[in-house]
Amino acid sequence: MVLTLAFRNLFHDRIRLAVTLVGILFAIVLVAVQLGLYQGARQMIISMIDNAEGEIWITSFGAKSFEEAGLLSGRERHAVLSVPGVTKVTPLAVAFTEWRKPAGGSTLIVLVGTDPADGGLAPWNVVQGEPNTIAEPHAVAIDKTYMENLGVKHIAEIAQVDQTRVKVAALTDGIRSFTMAPYVFTSLNRARTMLGMQPDQATFLLVKLADPMTTDAVRDEIKARLSNVDVLTQAEFRTRSLDHWLFGTGAGVALIGGAILGILVGTVIVAQTLYSSTKDHLREFATLRALGSSAGDIHRVILMQAGLSAVLGYILGMAIAMVVVHFSEQTALPILMTPELAIGLFVLTLAMCAISAVSAIVKVTKIDPAMVFAR
Amino acid sequence: MSSELVLEAMDIVKDLGQGAGMVRALKGVSVTLRAGELTLLMGPSGSGKTTLLSILGCILSPTSGNVRIAGIDTEGLGPEALADVRRRHMGFVFQTYNLFPTLNAEENVRLALDVRGRRGRLATDQARETLTKVGLSHKFRSYPGNMSGGEQQRVAVARALASAPSLLLADEPTAALDSENGQAVMALLAEIAKDKSRAVLAVTHDHRTLPYADRILRIEDGLIVDDERPEREPAVIVAPPPTLSLDEMRSDGEPPAGSHPNGSRMSKKRKTKAHG
Repeated sequence: MVLTLAFRNLFHDRIRLAVTLVGILFAIVLVAVQLGLYQGARQMIISMIDNAEGEIWITSFGAKSFEEAGLLSGRERHAVLSVPGVTKVTPLAVAFTEWRKPAGGSTLIVLVGTDPADGGLAPWNVVQGEPNTIAEPHAVAIDKTYMENLGVKHIAEIAQVDQTRVKVAALTDGIRSFTMAPYVFTSLNRARTMLGMQPDQATFLLVKLADPMTTDAVRDEIKARLSNVDVLTQAEFRTRSLDHWLFGTGAGVALIGGAILGILVGTVIVAQTLYSSTKDHLREFATLRALGSSAGDIHRVILMQAGLSAVLGYILGMAIAMVVVHFSEQTALPILMTPELAIGLFVLTLAMCAISAVSAIVKVTKIDPAMVFAR
Repeated sequence: MSSELVLEAMDIVKDLGQGAGMVRALKGVSVTLRAGELTLLMGPSGSGKTTLLSILGCILSPTSGNVRIAGIDTEGLGPEALADVRRRHMGFVFQTYNLFPTLNAEENVRLALDVRGRRGRLATDQARETLTKVGLSHKFRSYPGNMSGGEQQRVAVARALASAPSLLLADEPTAALDSENGQAVMALLAEIAKDKSRAVLAVTHDHRTLPYADRILRIEDGLIVDDERPEREPAVIVAPPPTLSLDEMRSDGEPPAGSHPNGSRMSKKRKTKAHG
């Protein structure tokens, strides 16, 4: 009967229910979009690191992220190869540079120089062409999300990176850049030339180990042998990149701040409607109390109302959020909805509604059962 | 008097308000209620009727004095323990019915059973049985908004009865009803009071209810000033309304023809000046 009473009280005033649901819906969509953007941003920031074949990253000292690192001299490679447990060291050349569009104009890109044959970092999700085609003369691989941004309409089109002509030889799908500067893959030596680097220079040395379980020990050994460089495990480099882009630039804080704002707005709206509903039904709650209901029974009715509101609001809010997620999939700023985020949002919605019920519970706790005798 | 003592209140004092605005609503009231009796508590407005009913119903705590319900001493009990006493031993009927407008008649009665931990099919059957007893077998699914005042009050009586309380307290049960429905509800309460395990106390200022009373308490200015037991002619004692079978009650609240208690005559068999 507690559920029945909560359900009937909730649906008795349809307009108030609609206001409650709109409040929850608004909060859910806002939080889902903000946290989805946060998740999407996180994925974009770490995608290169996660798709590279190596347990340890060697970068110039103080490198902030995959996109922002200084140059290594190249001598480090031999020193690292001599460390026990290291099976392979793959150089990568990565830096911001300029892309000149075929029809004129230019845009900033992140050039990624890699030799796919080395097995370090090859373009993935290739939907047209082959990953190895970037080794061919003038060949580059771009992501189809950025074709318009790069002024490219189809594969085999000619463009220019800095002063060098390039041909779009492969298209990937879903390799997005948090910096909005598209990633462009090419061969290592071509990238060195385009970026004005010396033949042995690199931005990163990607270290592959015989036994990944020895990562920490090998990292410490490399650190002991090399000075003036940073030696990071994959997890450490991931954390450093996330810290830089999400919190160093404030982008992540803005996204999380938006999500918190959504939660606050939702909580206030639900609290207000639950409070007014409780106030309207105060005489009924006093009657329940007079009939011998415990305070806990009455709190359960209010919490049940909050829970029902949460479930209904969540279903509606997630339906709208999923539409937004769908339309964002092919954009440069995808919103990522993972099962974990969906479950987290449900728990958050329940918590939001439970907190909203506090004011109503406080009101009903102070109820005077003698009001049942009021005329 | 051999019937079971259901309620015993001793020297009840109740102060309402604080400081200079404090009013002594009850000035040392002692009351006992026995099973099998319908007692009316009458008095002018502001005399302390409702305050006394609230205290006897364990809804308000007295400033001083002691209330025992079915042998349980309620002195010093907290709100939850008092709620437990109400749940186990009491049923309430209110002037404005206090039904849940979003629940139908059956659900209103089932809610009272639910409070007492009775749920499921048995609770549904019990709710329907009680509604049938008060003449509402065809109104199980009706919502309070679609029922007459008399019908609503009978749902409230069914709700109060459903848990078989040893004490039924009614606050002005006829005040919001027309004459016919008022008579029907009083007949119902009188019938309920015939149960030798239950006492019924009704606060009222409606003199039309007098013929149904086994006992009348008069309260004035916070003191019981009169405690009388009306005596009826044998023919009147068995007059239709008080002796009606509950099943015979008509759904519109009107007792069957010839059952109106206008012919009843009362005399004071025993009159006790209550000690204040």
